[in-house]
Amino acid sequence: MCLGIPGRIVAITHADRLMAMAEVSGVRREVNVAPVAGNDLEALVGQWALIHVGFAMALIDEEEAAKTLQALQDLGEAQETLEQMASSAEALA
Amino acid sequence: MKFASEFRDPVAARALLSAIARMADRIGASRDRPVHIMEICGGHTHSIFRYGLDKLIHDGIEFIHGPGCPVCVLPMARVDECVEIAERPGVIFTTFGDAMRVPGHRKSLMQAKSAGADIRMVYSPLDALELARRNPGREVVFFGLGFETTTPSTALSIQQAAREGLTNFSVFCNHITVPEPIRALLDDADMTLDGFIGPGHVSMVIGVHPYDFIARDYGKPLVVAGFEPTDLLQSVLMVLTQIAEGRAAIENQYARVVPEHGNPVSLAAIADVYERRPSFEWRGLGEIDASGLRIRAKYAAFDAEEKFGIGYAASSRNVPEIEGCCCGAVMTGKMKPPQCPQFGTGCSPEMPLGALMVSSEGACAAYWQYSGIRAAE
Ligand code: SF4
Repeated sequence: MCLGIPGRIVAITHADRLMAMAEVSGVRREVNVAPVAGNDLEALVGQWALIHVGFAMALIDEEEAAKTLQALQDLGEAQETLEQMASSAEALA
Repeated sequence: MKFASEFRDPVAARALLSAIARMADRIGASRDRPVHIMEICGGHTHSIFRYGLDKLIHDGIEFIHGPGCPVCVLPMARVDECVEIAERPGVIFTTFGDAMRVPGHRKSLMQAKSAGADIRMVYSPLDALELARRNPGREVVFFGLGFETTTPSTALSIQQAAREGLTNFSVFCNHITVPEPIRALLDDADMTLDGFIGPGHVSMVIGVHPYDFIARDYGKPLVVAGFEPTDLLQSVLMVLTQIAEGRAAIENQYARVVPEHGNPVSLAAIADVYERRPSFEWRGLGEIDASGLRIRAKYAAFDAEEKFGIGYAASSRNVPEIEGCCCGAVMTGKMKPPQCPQFGTGCSPEMPLGALMVSSEGACAAYWQYSGIRAAE
């Protein structure tokens, strides 16, 4: 449960709350970008981040993102994370 | 193990394995006199079993599986407290899915849910916040569990709840920290540890310096490592190289993600919201000084311990663990999972008796999950 999963930030959704839309393995999920925000939120759009329990914890490059995702898939962790995202959607319904 | 198909980069893995073998020979490590390297993180434990690294690596290297799986070190009493809160009328109890099947004395969260408590699995504390916004008439409690990687998420969520003035959101804080149990293990006279592999994603938050004492005071190397199998092998090689050169330092194999000083925003949020408890109980390891966090008084309105009068400070300590369970011995590396008499008989991932069987990061579950692959070798 301690491993982050790579996701690409595709849009800023609530600048005041530092929330952005990220795409994680084809799934869209709103995440908090406070840890990586810096001064220019819009500059995050298009970047890859390591996302852990809904927070973008570190910016990474695309190659690192691909390698990390592969490692997580091999461990079954990527699927587990995507299931957890789905169960969250259910919990909120 | 079908070597080439298992490793994405078999050439690199092979080269690292032979470099490790040369270094192990150079320092005289052998099956009878092995070098003990503890991988602290459960994610690393899972990787080691997934790739059979413990089998592929030189005989003289023994992996000791560390306490870095937050679900595995959660004492039964904490689960009991979660159930107690969840059973209160009006409460929506939210938790990461990993904690659902950890056995408590009366029941697990999963069993409490079946019995009617409103317990919901969420991916993020942000989802608990959203539930609180949508259900103003209900008390939404989030089970804050995990190491430094996860701690910023609940700290930032509490700060957000405070900004919004939410009055029906609280966190049941059971966050723990990595460096302190390592100190406890190093102080344990029964343990022989020659070096450590540090959790990469924890250091992404805290950086590498919280481990300085390991090299400085105990003279042991630690290398912060990434999660790919070649990262792990490279890190083992770095530990062995230090041993061969008679050095002890904290090194960073995962510098592409881990900044030396960690993440300043996350660290500031943790410092603002949390303070250290004098000590905290770990399953299998007992009470460890300053190893747990609690919510500071200024955020008391978001502290489930304060709201419900339930929690670490209120509970009686030393609730005995289940009879016949060897989790403590496995967790301190004194016993391998299959040596536990419960392994596979009284305890399996479907019906876990001990917490090490619950999460895929627990040594027993990892051992169990890949035992078929192992038997076929
Ligand atoms: S087999 Fe079960 S009871 Fe035995 S050490 Fe592992 S988790 Fe604990």
